[in-house]
Amino acid sequence: MSAATPAHAESAVDILSAEKTYPDGTQALLPVDLRIAPGEFVTLLGPSGCGKSTLLKMVAGLLEPSDGRLLLWRKPVAQLAETGKKMAFVFQAPTLMPWATVQANVRLPLDLAGVPRAEADGRVADALALVGLSRFAGALPRQLSGGMQMRVSIARGLVVQPDLLLMDEPFGALDEITRHKLDAELLDLWQKKGLTVIFVTHSIHEAVFLSTRVVMMAARPGRVVEELHIDAPYPRGDDFMVSTEFAGYARQLQDSLLRASATQFAPEEVQP
Amino acid sequence: MSASPAAPAVRPPMPGLGTASRAAPAAAQQATPREPAIAQATKAGTAPAPATGPSPRPVPWARQPRVQRVMYPLLVGVVVLVLWQALVTGFDLPPYLVPSPLLMAKTLVTDFAPLMLSLWVTVKITVLAFVVAVVVGVAVSFLFVQSKGIEMALFPYAVLLQVTPIVAVAPLIIIWVKDPVASMVICAALVALFPIISNTTLGLRSVDPDLQAYFKLNHATRWQTLVRLRVPSALPYFFGGLRISSGLALIGAVVAEFVAGTGGTGAGLAYQILQSGFQLNIPRMFAALLLISLTGVALFVLMAWATRRALGSWHASETSSD
Repeated sequence: MSAATPAHAESAVDILSAEKTYPDGTQALLPVDLRIAPGEFVTLLGPSGCGKSTLLKMVAGLLEPSDGRLLLWRKPVAQLAETGKKMAFVFQAPTLMPWATVQANVRLPLDLAGVPRAEADGRVADALALVGLSRFAGALPRQLSGGMQMRVSIARGLVVQPDLLLMDEPFGALDEITRHKLDAELLDLWQKKGLTVIFVTHSIHEAVFLSTRVVMMAARPGRVVEELHIDAPYPRGDDFMVSTEFAGYARQLQDSLLRASATQFAPEEVQP
Repeated sequence: MSASPAAPAVRPPMPGLGTASRAAPAAAQQATPREPAIAQATKAGTAPAPATGPSPRPVPWARQPRVQRVMYPLLVGVVVLVLWQALVTGFDLPPYLVPSPLLMAKTLVTDFAPLMLSLWVTVKITVLAFVVAVVVGVAVSFLFVQSKGIEMALFPYAVLLQVTPIVAVAPLIIIWVKDPVASMVICAALVALFPIISNTTLGLRSVDPDLQAYFKLNHATRWQTLVRLRVPSALPYFFGGLRISSGLALIGAVVAEFVAGTGGTGAGLAYQILQSGFQLNIPRMFAALLLISLTGVALFVLMAWATRRALGSWHASETSSD
């Protein structure tokens, strides 16, 4: 999979000078320009308050940019349906309905879209099989561990057969071991399904391990400071995690994060 | 939706007598392969364990929390009754001051027919008022959550209704409404209404914001969001309101009967208490009082049961106690 994005290629996501300033003058995000090609795995990496979640929510249509435009397959976000493409959003928390079974939770987007029950149940079974939770279709969310709940949340995202998967620090609340396991599973799914993924995280290691491209962001004000292509081949296993190549990328991101953090204490000059 | 057999059990089986008798043959066969080896060893080494159920150590019957929850208050009740009886007989208290529990029980039997008739009247008013309060309260809550403006405009009046003592309003209602039962139902419903409104409104509003965003992302209609998200989210609050409201409906019914007075219109339990007071028939007064209390307890138990049925499997308030 090539990470390069030639200018003439089809693009899945176009972020055109999108920015977010709240009415009280708080600058959550300075103008961002970003083009993401179909099939890319792009990570938005940065500390808290850098606007990475804000940017993701603008791509999802949950937040309106105060200026600039966001296009999905060359259509405004709100008109995604016209492109025939589908988007799924995975939240930081599992965000499941506690009163509904795993199966009913995963079926929710299909129910909301009016997919007939028989077809929906088949697709739910497939999605649960993909995340390895077929045995737990009848369980309630509270009977599952945090990692399993997150898998249900991902299954709920996959069940709509998305072209674009947006993930807002999905594994942030999990322990390191579970997180790495889910990271590996996610990469597997991404390759199998040919998804386009935008993934938000504050973990440098997670970003390097997963992405074709890392977009480094900094806080106060939130902005993009650097883009880094991770040119390691997939599938990436544990060997990659301990390679000098991996360490090099991590170091590079670490350095730019430090540089970016240093400027945040500088006086007004960072304000445009 | 039926739970798949592979799904984990909702709650661990109670290690009771049933488990013991069922598990005894398994112990004889050196336990099932699912038993941990260590548990087998210890059980085989010690005395013939009567129970090798899913829980390794059977709790004695009298020390199970479920049994204790019933046993302890029952014990207190028995002690109080025995003391009461002893005091009345010991000090030779006259029955028109303090009747003994035995006399009270006897009165319950001798005056069974009129007391049951009165109980029926009171229960009827209570239940009708409760149903009216639930229907009206839920309807008002749905109206409130439609817009902040509606709530802002109407909520003060709901409060006004709540803070005005029903005893003060009841005479007016009884004059206005011709039918005595209807007038008493209205009085009791007014008392029971507020907790339903405030709890259900709060519940309909307290939706997980991320889930709400998820519904929005999936272009859910207003109706879908209401039925699939708001109503289930509101259920725990609604049932909390039901518990409070059911008790208030009974209080309202008794107060309304008192205000309606001895006109002979509705012969409820409150009427019995008034009558007994005039006639200094204190045992009967106590018997009527006991019936009112028991009705309240029955309502509370019924509501607790309904709450458990509706939320038992998923809501923290019902699952944490296990």
